Amino acid sequence: MRFVDEYRGAAEAQKLVRAIHRLTRRPWTLMEICGGQTHTFIRSGVDRMLPESLTLVHGPGCPVCVTPLELIDRAIAIAGRPGVVFTSFGDMLRVPGSATDLLGVKARGGDVRMVYSPLDAVKLAQKHPERQVVFFAVGFETTAPANAMAVWQAERLGLENFSILCSHVLVPPAMEAILGSPHNRVQGFLAAGHVCAVMGFWEYEPLAERHHVPIVVTGFEPLDLLQGVWMTVRALEEGRVGVENQYARAVTREGNAPAQELMARVFEPCDRAWRGIGVIPQSGFRLRAAYARFDAERRFDVGDIRATESPLCNAGQILQGLMKPHECPAFGTRCTPERPLGAPMVSAEGACAAYFQYARSA
Amino acid sequence: MSGATVDFAGLQCPIPLGDYPHVTLAHGGGGRLTHTLVERMFLAAFRNPALEALHDGAVLEVGSGRIAVTTDSFVVSPRFFPGGDIGSLAVHGTVNDLAMCGARPFALTAGFVLEEGLPMDELWRIVRSMARAAEEAGVAIVTGDTKVVDRGKGDGAFINTTGLGTVPDGVDVSPRRARPGDVVLLSGRIAEHGVAVMSVREGLGFETTITSDSAALHGLVGGLLDALGGGVHVLRDPTRGGVASALNEIAGSARAGIVLVEAAIPVAEEVRGACEILGLDPLYVANEGKCLAIVERGAAGAALAALRAHALGREAAVVGEVVAEHPGRVHLRSRIGGLRVVDMLSGEQLPRIC
Repeated sequence: MRFVDEYRGAAEAQKLVRAIHRLTRRPWTLMEICGGQTHTFIRSGVDRMLPESLTLVHGPGCPVCVTPLELIDRAIAIAGRPGVVFTSFGDMLRVPGSATDLLGVKARGGDVRMVYSPLDAVKLAQKHPERQVVFFAVGFETTAPANAMAVWQAERLGLENFSILCSHVLVPPAMEAILGSPHNRVQGFLAAGHVCAVMGFWEYEPLAERHHVPIVVTGFEPLDLLQGVWMTVRALEEGRVGVENQYARAVTREGNAPAQELMARVFEPCDRAWRGIGVIPQSGFRLRAAYARFDAERRFDVGDIRATESPLCNAGQILQGLMKPHECPAFGTRCTPERPLGAPMVSAEGACAAYFQYARSA
Repeated sequence: MSGATVDFAGLQCPIPLGDYPHVTLAHGGGGRLTHTLVERMFLAAFRNPALEALHDGAVLEVGSGRIAVTTDSFVVSPRFFPGGDIGSLAVHGTVNDLAMCGARPFALTAGFVLEEGLPMDELWRIVRSMARAAEEAGVAIVTGDTKVVDRGKGDGAFINTTGLGTVPDGVDVSPRRARPGDVVLLSGRIAEHGVAVMSVREGLGFETTITSDSAALHGLVGGLLDALGGGVHVLRDPTRGGVASALNEIAGSARAGIVLVEAAIPVAEEVRGACEILGLDPLYVANEGKCLAIVERGAAGAALAALRAHALGREAAVVGEVVAEHPGRVHLRSRIGGLRVVDMLSGEQLPRIC
């Protein structure tokens, strides 16, 4: 398959692995930001080819995992109302709320539908004017432009029966929080290539300077990751800080200007709670006042729903790279994909799911 | 932004979900939840030696011979998809379950659950398609049943078929017979049925030329059994849950390990592309016209030749082997040279966010 196989070649991988081994003189701890990158590492097994002195920790870049429990409970409350069509990307459906998940709502008669694009939810709203169509707008800067487009289109179409339950989060403030923590052990980052395809990487430059770390914008195929590791280790060994771009085939420094413009028109930054981590200032998006009528939390008056998290799950520490999934006492015992304690065990990008699915115990 | 703080004391996460108080779609997905439901509820309630084999069908001794019996229900949506429809699928699926017992199918039954309001000409298309598929497969539909449910209580048409076949002497096919040293063969390209059906689902509708592989496999399997006889240890059609789930079930039954070689597994380019975009793993996507065969190592060459001699097995390949290590587990050697575990699917394969 063109544009995929080129980045999965075994011979090229071996070459990069040897180069990384030659380059690595000291122990380093790297974090890959995105859960998609975590899964590629583990699925392809390339993380096991790296020198033992390199420690990979898995970052918070799993939108499903960091969506607060409260918001999932609000989604479940809305989805159970008569007359509502609740739409979502597939992997939000199995994330546990306080008492059930969205698939459980569906099993009890709720109209919960999986869509591939928020624009499909807009089409559903056009098709069913008698129903209230709600889209669960989660994700990082990657999904924000499409969600902004959905709201913008709904406004242009004059749709009164479309709204979004918004839980957008942003990468740079999360990196700032990790680097600013007294427990931080991350020395270099593989930044999430898809986020940077939208946002560019200019935002990361002051971050790298301030915290004296190398940040390498990295893609998602095995060879991308190996090259990203090689570039990060090279910077660390040479004592350089700053941003480098491994994923140049998709990412420019400035990013996608029309997408950024649309996001800025519809959304504004706000403080946002990250599941398992806590509130990080200015780390999310909410709808601007001009679009507030598309806010499902207001439309369905669910803002008062509160939830208390269980103390059994260590998702917060896993999402910050302070603990590996198999080090959690609940991993594979009290917490499995069938009976998850936390979202990282069910999300397609969750680190716990990757470890469980590919039976990692070390 | 430098004011960001993390509350390490409050690092918490959700409370546990209880066991499932309701049936969910994942209980029918062919993965771990289906497996649990069958083992803990159905097997526990109906326990007997024939059922305990947990094969695609049961093999029973009748008089001096053996017959295989199997049953399957078809609820595919949409009812018509590229490469087939619910009618032809209802014939192929049951014929294949018999074939995977090493049986020669001779008769089918057909039970229809129809929803009030189903257009009569659509039913006629389905029935004609069933008749054609049965004729091509050389099986007779010998009895049946019809029920109609109120509008809204069914999804157009559901079909159940039960199949009967004779098991020739000398044939002994069972998932328990996989043993270390055996070779795993696959009769052709995987994941085509699942991707074809998804391509016409509401809200997805991507353009593709991929068609379902739905086909009756007893001819292909007959050729293999003629060539190898008792050298064929296990046969399985990897339908729901795909190749990964089928091999996990076999590894579990046989208490042996299986190692797959990713690069050897035939997947059409277009199917790989669709799976990449949708975030699906072809190893977990359904097939309706493919067969996994586990045979004695010494007979691997003959098995490959026998499969390739049939039109449905032209692209057959050796894709792995049975090993003594990691009993009950399936490992895969990735294209890039890494090794990973291929677990049974947990719940439905859900497409990812980004």
